[in-house]
Amino acid sequence: MRAERLTVVTLGCVLGGAVLLAALNLLTAPASDLHAPNFVISLVGKYLCYAILALAIDLVWGYAGILTLGHGAFFALGGYAMGMYLMRQIGVRGVYANPTLPDFMVFIGWNKLPWYWYGFDHFWFAVAMAMLVPGILAFAFGWFAFRSRVSGVYLSIITQALTYALMLAFFRNDMGFGGNNGMTDFKEILGFPLNRETTSVGLMLITALVLSAAFVLTHAMTGSRFGKVLIAVRDTESRTRFLGYRPESYKLVVWLASAMIAGIGGALYVPQVGIINPSEFAPGNSIEAVIWVAVGGRGTLAGAVLGAILVNLAKTMLTSALPEVWLFAIGALFILVTLFLPRGIMGLFTTCLPAVVPEATPDAVPGIAAAKSAASEIAG
Amino acid sequence: MTGATLLYLDGVTVSFDGFKALNALSLVLEPGEMRAVIGPNGAGKTTMMDVITGRTKPDTGRVVYGENSDLTRLDEPAIARLGIGRKFQRPTVFEPLTVHDNLMLALAGDRNPWFALWARETPSERARLDELLTTIRLVDDRDRPAADLSHGQKQWLEIGMLLAQDPRLLLVDEPVAGMSDAETEETADLLREINRTRSVVVVEHDMAFVRALGVKVTVLHEGSVLAEGSIDRIQDDPRVIEVYLGR
Repeated sequence: MRAERLTVVTLGCVLGGAVLLAALNLLTAPASDLHAPNFVISLVGKYLCYAILALAIDLVWGYAGILTLGHGAFFALGGYAMGMYLMRQIGVRGVYANPTLPDFMVFIGWNKLPWYWYGFDHFWFAVAMAMLVPGILAFAFGWFAFRSRVSGVYLSIITQALTYALMLAFFRNDMGFGGNNGMTDFKEILGFPLNRETTSVGLMLITALVLSAAFVLTHAMTGSRFGKVLIAVRDTESRTRFLGYRPESYKLVVWLASAMIAGIGGALYVPQVGIINPSEFAPGNSIEAVIWVAVGGRGTLAGAVLGAILVNLAKTMLTSALPEVWLFAIGALFILVTLFLPRGIMGLFTTCLPAVVPEATPDAVPGIAAAKSAASEIAG
Repeated sequence: MTGATLLYLDGVTVSFDGFKALNALSLVLEPGEMRAVIGPNGAGKTTMMDVITGRTKPDTGRVVYGENSDLTRLDEPAIARLGIGRKFQRPTVFEPLTVHDNLMLALAGDRNPWFALWARETPSERARLDELLTTIRLVDDRDRPAADLSHGQKQWLEIGMLLAQDPRLLLVDEPVAGMSDAETEETADLLREINRTRSVVVVEHDMAFVRALGVKVTVLHEGSVLAEGSIDRIQDDPRVIEVYLGR
């Protein structure tokens, strides 16, 4: 019962908040006290993308016990897929005015578009790739890791290595993804200019919708029989084997779904921040994302969304006031949450609120009472 | 002989760093039989269970189950799906899940993740669950998390989960460790009840309990069978006395 209510509240907050902000931006005069400035809109859009990433992490960490320290890789790959589309949209408006080749390729002396850039002039293709590429990578990674029963800290370390390796690869100019500068100077998405405020409001609203959809999807997954097997695997993996379950295939499915959700988050992130570069693969980003989930409350889904938004809000405020303090602050936050709030902010709610489900008494359940009297009649 | 036996361990040897936990162990179990396996610590009782359930692969030897399946080629889930259930010494239930969900996951059926994503409780499953909840006396606790149950209730829940699996063969590891005399007696009754429809292998230390079961006993020593027969014959066997009491 409580989980259902929590879902409705979370969805309401995300969608209602996004619509309210959009209205405050579009329908009020810039001078008004109620006006939501454009930078707020794009900040919120960014937070919502992070919330999608946090949801993806909570799905594998909270429910399957896979502590991923490399989920930023899937997010960044989704971002690169969208970045490639946005680069192709620039066309002749680039510095070198080359209709097919992005500026950085002209700059390093390439005269032909590499095969893996084909198709990215289509929006649908880029969106498909934003899910497929992280999905394929996750499948390959998960197939080997889960089948060979790599788990715990060893798995965390190789996820970290995965994102680090990708970062090094994407730094190379000859990879054809813009090297350490990455991709930027985007002009438009589906014909809408990215520098127009209605476009950023639209992107923010779409992100809120996608986040809600991801929330409903992960909620349905974790509430199904599949989700219960995941929890069983998380806590007592060997026992599930003796019940006839293959934990590795359950982990693989959830890992794949999570990577694809993270990829979509990244694809929404890039048009809103206007740049994608290899630093998105930095291991620190992935670790920070895990902290969002820990702060919000692992294994609650709503907590992941809440944690991502709150921690990033704090980051925005703190880095503008005291930039050098942030790393210490988030480190301290992680330690404090681990020590004093092991169930995160959501844990505060559930321990302070009275239990919703009252203790069932036999009289309160007429079915059982009736069955009992029927049974005694038959016996008598 | 083949066809009539349910389980046949044929010259199974398992060694860990040169130490032979099982040494050419051979054992035959008839369908419907209940067998007690006893032996001093390190005799290989648990390793034998591990080999049957696929947790440990033997160096040599075969484990033939039913018609023609060689269990040494299969992994734990495949063996579980063939109808071999295992009860561990410590009750292992899924603590955050409700009593109902614990039984639900154990219930015989499709174990595929794709199936589990869409699965809905069918009326026949519901009826089976109600029946099981009554058997293990947890009807009123069906929606409580397993973590909230008492130690004894967890033992019952785990037995319920094993029954839900509907196994042909049940392996039970030291079921009465840490139990009072009354509970021990009750457990012996329960195992006899289960044995009416299924084959059972019980590993146990407690001689009084083995006597109460009143079934054929196999004594393991240093990884192979030392003696086999009724409890009275076993207790008079000089080699068994030597192993248990001598030196």
